[in-house]
Amino acid sequence: MEILVCVKRVPTVGGVLTLTADQRAIDTKTSGFTISPHEECAVEEAVRLVERFGGSVTVASLGSPVAEEQLRACLALGASAAVLLETADGVETGPVATAAALRTVAASGSFDLVLLGNEASDTGDYQVGIRLAHLLGRPVATGIKSIVVSDEGSLSVSRTYRGVLETFTLPLPCVVTVKEGINLPRYPSLPGRLRAKRASITRVPVDEAGPAPASDVRMTRLRVPDAPKKQATVLGHGPDAVPALVSVLAEIGVLS
Amino acid sequence: MTVFCLAELDGDAVADASLRALTLARGLAAGAGTGVAAVLFCDADLASALDLAAYGVGDVFAVSGVGGYAPVAWARVLAELLEADDAAPDMSRHAVIAGGTERGNEVLAHLGAITGLPMAANCVAASPADAGRLEIVRQRWAGLLLEEAVLDAPVALLTVATDAVAPEPAAAEGAATVHVVSPPVSEADLVVRAVESPAGAGGASLATARVVVGGGRGVGSADGFAPLEELAGLLGGVVGVSRVVTSEGWRPHSMQVGQTGTKITPDLYLACGISGAIQHFAGCSGAKHIIAINTDPSAPMMTRADYAIVGDLHSVLPALIEALRQRA
Repeated sequence: MEILVCVKRVPTVGGVLTLTADQRAIDTKTSGFTISPHEECAVEEAVRLVERFGGSVTVASLGSPVAEEQLRACLALGASAAVLLETADGVETGPVATAAALRTVAASGSFDLVLLGNEASDTGDYQVGIRLAHLLGRPVATGIKSIVVSDEGSLSVSRTYRGVLETFTLPLPCVVTVKEGINLPRYPSLPGRLRAKRASITRVPVDEAGPAPASDVRMTRLRVPDAPKKQATVLGHGPDAVPALVSVLAEIGVLS
Repeated sequence: MTVFCLAELDGDAVADASLRALTLARGLAAGAGTGVAAVLFCDADLASALDLAAYGVGDVFAVSGVGGYAPVAWARVLAELLEADDAAPDMSRHAVIAGGTERGNEVLAHLGAITGLPMAANCVAASPADAGRLEIVRQRWAGLLLEEAVLDAPVALLTVATDAVAPEPAAAEGAATVHVVSPPVSEADLVVRAVESPAGAGGASLATARVVVGGGRGVGSADGFAPLEELAGLLGGVVGVSRVVTSEGWRPHSMQVGQTGTKITPDLYLACGISGAIQHFAGCSGAKHIIAINTDPSAPMMTRADYAIVGDLHSVLPALIEALRQRA
């Protein structure tokens, strides 16, 4: 099974989210970067499928050259080839253009399966996988938490929705977007990390010149929502605080 | 023109997420001097029984013949309704709105791909701007960050965040006309369709629990959850966990609270040994009351909670359990 996994480099945010002075991006001076969580699980799922059924995993990312860090992390997890769709630094590519760029990679190989995350953790557009599937003319299922390969060259994939299990049967080739929880990603092995360090990454420049699309969602600025200014009431230290805690629980009305 | 709103069902009632979408749709329609049309995939009897007029809906399109949930077919029906409406004398702008649920986001993304239109997911506000554009505010990072944007498109496609716009009935109630629609659906659009079966216990109870006892890195191990489970049992609640707990394999992902887990809305969230990464707040900020127990008084969870206890959960919880037992 030949599998393409599309991943995105996103900031690692810890306790606070701060913006750049122009309010158009997250200030990442002090944060690290990681693979968007759903997509890390997509890579793990692809590696497991290939370990079981043979084939290989290719990873692709749209981003500036620094996104090579995330592609190498995918290689360390078991992907065997990586493609960087190279954009200029600091450019945010919207979902329509992202799907168009990913199509060039997805259509170039004979991939049985294209995996993506259900949504990127940073922009949360919820549509790149679906737009890519339409460009490729392939069926797609989203938000998937389980993939089972049937004998007849099709996938049985499922998700839970309002407490109901929804199962979709997709003929291969197809596109699937997954969510965290479909698996528990492995830690990269030392040989994997060494291999990833040496591996060559194919770079494909993405042509962003040309007129802006007539229709689009054009970001004006970002803002951090006003958090309720709460000052926690300290009930006490250690077990001595338990009587005060019990009073609060009674007040809230959770004690029967 | 019309503002179309995809209304999903939860049992035999309109889903909460769709009531929120209808509320935003009504505001947008009022600003543009037009009406709201609800689109439902159900039979006409059920569509007529729903009190959609209370939410300011003037027209109800009850779509039959699709046979269950098939995202491409649903999107195709919406595209055809748009085209039919386009043929009407008033050629001004349209919008299609859905709740920001798995299905709502999925169907509108398909509609965007079919029509070549942009789609804005998880909006918290939308209002008409100049030249037929919309000014929107949408969630990024599961609501931890807001994006102010201009949606410039002949037809605005947007979904409404499930936790931002409060569902609100219309001030004046009119009457809704139900139109039965049975569009031809091609086999190709039905290739991907949902087969529904009962899900195992798990995630659903976490999302609706009245009390959630949360455990994080401070719990220390898989075995360390015993007092949390006992306490949850005493309070008639369930245990939720932070992302580090599932990454360590101490508990399954179905118990995870946060951006990539479950969003919870309990009366009480008792967060034990959770430092409070911002992604965790994306899942628990809907709790009415938060009490944090942590050895570090400066942890974000401790400063953002309503009440805090400075201490080790492994000594506080057994004492709390003992006190609750004696009380009973």
